[in-house]
Amino acid sequence: MSKQLFNEEELKKIEEVKSRYPDSKAALLPVLWMIQEKEGWISSESMKLAGDLLNVPYEHILGVVTFYTMFNDKPKGKYHLQICTNVSCMLRGGYELYNYISDKLGIKNNETTSDGMFTIEEVECLGSCATAPMMQVNNKEYYENLDNAKAEEIISKFKSK
Amino acid sequence: MKIILKDIKDLHKIDVYESNGGYSALQKALKEMKPEDVTNEVKSSNLRGRGGACFPTGLKWTFMPKTGDKPKYLCCNGDESEPGSFKDREIFEKNPHQFIEGVLLACYAMGINAAYVYIRGEYYTWINILQTAIDDAYKKGYIGKNILGTKFSTDIYIHRGAGAYICGEESALMNSIEGKRGYPRVKPPFPAAYGLWGCPTTINNIETLANIPEIIKNGAEWFSKIGAPKHPGTLLFGVSGHINKPGVYELPTGTPLMTIINDICGGVLGGKEIKMVIPGGSSMPPLTRDECLKANMDNESLKEFGSSIGTAGVMVMNEDTDILKVLIRIAKFYYHESCGQCTPCREGTGWLLRVLKRIDAGNGRMSDLDLLTSVAQNIEGNTICALGDAAAWPVKWTVKKFRKDFVNKIKDDVEVPVMNKVHSLR
Repeated sequence: MSKQLFNEEELKKIEEVKSRYPDSKAALLPVLWMIQEKEGWISSESMKLAGDLLNVPYEHILGVVTFYTMFNDKPKGKYHLQICTNVSCMLRGGYELYNYISDKLGIKNNETTSDGMFTIEEVECLGSCATAPMMQVNNKEYYENLDNAKAEEIISKFKSK
Repeated sequence: MKIILKDIKDLHKIDVYESNGGYSALQKALKEMKPEDVTNEVKSSNLRGRGGACFPTGLKWTFMPKTGDKPKYLCCNGDESEPGSFKDREIFEKNPHQFIEGVLLACYAMGINAAYVYIRGEYYTWINILQTAIDDAYKKGYIGKNILGTKFSTDIYIHRGAGAYICGEESALMNSIEGKRGYPRVKPPFPAAYGLWGCPTTINNIETLANIPEIIKNGAEWFSKIGAPKHPGTLLFGVSGHINKPGVYELPTGTPLMTIINDICGGVLGGKEIKMVIPGGSSMPPLTRDECLKANMDNESLKEFGSSIGTAGVMVMNEDTDILKVLIRIAKFYYHESCGQCTPCREGTGWLLRVLKRIDAGNGRMSDLDLLTSVAQNIEGNTICALGDAAAWPVKWTVKKFRKDFVNKIKDDVEVPVMNKVHSLR
């Protein structure tokens, strides 16, 4: 599988990314992002492939992947619900939101539902303090100014997709 | 007084930005000013870094070597991970071109040909917004080769982070750009001597750079007269927590805190009294209600209360707030984000969290309050980077200023029949 991980176009993109830096190792984070976008997580096989592309040892890449919290070294659910519970959100009901979703889906922190649809994660401040409480989905979209009803709506929307 | 978040519709579009005087500072600098004139202008404006340390920006620029054949780099710090801070996001969204113009002026002043904008991985939406703005500026010839027909060339690249608070620390940020774990580096050597790939590098905050075009356009004197004399200009205050109208507000430095809370943000939620305010992001020592009544929001004024302006992320807490629970959440954050290089921070942040949780669970002892202070003091100043201080300050100062709240949670003074109490708890 690994040899087909990137298509021609993506390999070209990687070359362009490499050209931004004097050292190809610097393209590691962008390449890991590309892998995660495609696969949803970063397997050891993918890490080795990234290592071949950028001439970086596997051990270094493993160190990087495990250092950064947004890189998944294990598969996550189709919808990765990341709920902020840091102070500004906590003051506006971040924990209530987290507990509501956790109870509703029957999963605890970093667990995935048995159908593989949802993973819940308590995360640190996402810079959305004025629109608390909030959650991020799949490292991308922000859902802000939430309450239980709105959370319920978002989850059922995902379920019906 | 608005320098960055101006009330102009669609200012994020390049045409609108241009028709409102955008990129004229760049034209002025490239055609009428020498690079050192730009640095001098910034220096005499007395602009101080907006990332939290308040270091004079112009002075920082002068640290860059003027000779030598190594390439030089600019890093723009958009990691913005300090809890309670959400101002740079507003700049990317509302006025990205003014930031880009600031980057170009900084590059011109320091003779830099490549700038990396490091943005936290979670800001996916805002990375795309800024990338669109950068692409538009390339098309119009403001970025790239021979900018505006001069010999000056610069590229601007966005580098997406991946969820690590520590990467907002300048040397960790450079390691992250280099494709490494975000471990802070031992200083010296400082980045101006040995930065990205061992080359001279300057790191500036996004808001700092967004101020530069207006300084070049209107002059250093104009800027230095806005707000508090020792910390001039405006700040993007991010107000959150128990407040009626949370949001980002651009106001002159030195604005009284109560003006921000009552007049700008519509008062405390539910008409309650203030219990505590953290004035500049979670690492800054908190203010009590009495201090809030007297505090002006600039770095020099806040020093009076043992605090600092930080990133101007104002977190408001009302009278019903459980201070211990808030402090536990803050301690948990720093424990989670400690990179683990330095023992005092790696181990100390865990101890702070565990002792605080023990008090909350009703198993606290009076001696725990001194223990917390002692652990905090042993972290402070004993680590490679400032994360250790950031973890220690809130604990040390909250215990000091809100001691009653902690004492109330401790019912009986339980004596542990072992001399070494810390050891006995393992």
